[in-house]
Amino acid sequence: MIPLLIYVTIFVAAFFIVTKVVQGAGLKDYTSLKTVTFGDESAVRPNRAAGIISILTIFLMWGIFTGSSLLPGFLHAPGPYEGTTTFTYTAEANGQSDDATVTVVVHPREISTDAPEVDPGDGFAKNDSAAIAQWRSGLIRVDRNDELGRDDGATVVAVNGQSIAPGQTVAVDGGTVTLSDRGTPNFEPAKGWQMEPLYLPAPEAVWTRTIEVVSSGFRNFTLVEHLGYSLFRVIVGFVIGALVGIPLGYAMGLSDWFRGWFDPIVEFMRPVPPLALIPLVIIWAGIGEAGKIILLFLAALWIMAIAARSGVSGVKISKVHAAYSLGASKWQIMRHVIIPNSLPEIFTGARVAMGVCWGTVVAAELVAAEQGAGMMIMTASKFQNTDIVIMGIILIGVIGFGIDMLMRWAERMLVPWKGKG
Amino acid sequence: MTGLSINSLSMRFDLPNGSHVQALQDVSLDLKAGELLSVLGPSGCGKTTLLNIVAGFLAPTSGELILNGHKVTGPDAERGMVFQQGALFEWMSVRENVGFGPSMKGTPKAEKDETVDHLLDVVGLQDFKEKAVYELSGGMQQRVALARCLANDPDVILMDEPLGALDALTREKMQSLVLKLWKETGKTIILITHSVEEALLLGERLIVMAPRPGRIHTEYRLPFADLGVNADLREVKKHPDFGPKREEILNMIWDMEEEIMGGKENAA
Repeated sequence: MIPLLIYVTIFVAAFFIVTKVVQGAGLKDYTSLKTVTFGDESAVRPNRAAGIISILTIFLMWGIFTGSSLLPGFLHAPGPYEGTTTFTYTAEANGQSDDATVTVVVHPREISTDAPEVDPGDGFAKNDSAAIAQWRSGLIRVDRNDELGRDDGATVVAVNGQSIAPGQTVAVDGGTVTLSDRGTPNFEPAKGWQMEPLYLPAPEAVWTRTIEVVSSGFRNFTLVEHLGYSLFRVIVGFVIGALVGIPLGYAMGLSDWFRGWFDPIVEFMRPVPPLALIPLVIIWAGIGEAGKIILLFLAALWIMAIAARSGVSGVKISKVHAAYSLGASKWQIMRHVIIPNSLPEIFTGARVAMGVCWGTVVAAELVAAEQGAGMMIMTASKFQNTDIVIMGIILIGVIGFGIDMLMRWAERMLVPWKGKG
Repeated sequence: MTGLSINSLSMRFDLPNGSHVQALQDVSLDLKAGELLSVLGPSGCGKTTLLNIVAGFLAPTSGELILNGHKVTGPDAERGMVFQQGALFEWMSVRENVGFGPSMKGTPKAEKDETVDHLLDVVGLQDFKEKAVYELSGGMQQRVALARCLANDPDVILMDEPLGALDALTREKMQSLVLKLWKETGKTIILITHSVEEALLLGERLIVMAPRPGRIHTEYRLPFADLGVNADLREVKKHPDFGPKREEILNMIWDMEEEIMGGKENAA
């Protein structure tokens, strides 16, 4: 809830500051002179400042709630309690009662610390001590060293003077004490608002781990090999899918027999998510490369076939007529009219297919693989290496984005006439 | 014998609901080589069907088509076509578009380049040779389409409202260009148009078609095309016969339209 509030606050504050600044700068272009902008989609252009602030905010939030060393300390959300705290408990046995002090050392998880030595003190209840790691909690058997223990009928009846019964909780310095069902105090250090590194490591921790994985690899393969395997599978699967799918789509667009024969198959297979095919492909082809490439081939095949088919159907009949009237043969029409005319559609299909293939390969590697981006994050999650999981997700996103950019660039270079017909 | 003869052409489309449309009934027409025929008529009179049959894209249900002594059975380079718009190949440059026909025939490059250069000069697009066609204005695109058609040196040029999508000024310039090309090349041209004025200005012969069934209603022989070859088209429009002819044909087409609407009202 608090992170959301902070996020909304930054959003609103940035909006007011930026719009004020921009208005102050007096930027006047054509769009700024439009009086009707609400509902005019062309007047809505992404605000560059908003984009930059948005990305910075994500990292800022990430840093705030992980206590990142990249941020000055005053920006951090309150962290977990660290240090030595004490509380007293009151034990009652045989009608007599006695107080004793418990000293607790709360230490970071990675630094193992022993419970400090304490003076036992007077009375039948002796002073205790314990060491508890941050984000953990610990039962403190306070009666262990007492002259009258639980077996002698001694019970803890109050903590810091506040009476307590099993199941109840009392706040003390640096945390809370809850009495267990059997009457043993359970000390839980204050967690603060930061995320435990196990759930969300700080940005610099992810970066450090990335460097480490780049230099020394993960599970017998280097990072480049993991990502390379995923990319290799996508490219091979996609290329085979396109090599089969495009001619199939052309045949479906040009022949009524092919259209009739393959329409039911293509229309049925298209809505089947490739992920649903993973179990069957594993049964048939195992978890090796063949299975993954078959899966990606199937993911790309239908998309490419449909793109090629609609590319052919999208040819304006007047263009075909014109070509015939200019003396072109069927083969020449195919080569000079139908194929170039369908290229924009095929490129759109290829972009979609590459996106689907990339998603599918990661999912398939999550299920079973010896190397690959998906396998890397799945294995890391089993060993609670959250930093590797986050690194993997970021890299998968970057590569997916890169593939899309590359396809768009290729599209601009190779089919500049797209949408100009 | 040279020229195009259309012998009692009929075209009937059977509709899925069992009824049918008689798009053309018993249309006969003889065109000598080098004649320019313009075709007018209300929508649904079968003008475009007629043109598609002459081009060879459609086979008539009965009747036949003889061009220069042989029967027409399908599309061929001897009959070039200029469409209203959108029939250029946008993946090719202006030069490649114009050179498409010769390329398909395998004409040697030097000869093809010469033809293309000459035609681009004729239509005034020499400076736009390497441009992509989608970078050109509508009028320029139609000039490319004309040049592309001429590059193939067809015997007959079929024009399906080639100037219909152009603005009035461009249209007038293009009309002069069509007349000039017609005179210079001596091609047989069939021009379909919706504009009575254009049909009068360009058509050496003019037929008005009537709908349901599609047939030739009236035929004219006109002097304006010959006048227009050497004079400003605006001067031609001042010819004493021009106004009355235009009124006559407009009224004729108007009456046909009224009849169609009336028929519909009665049916309803």
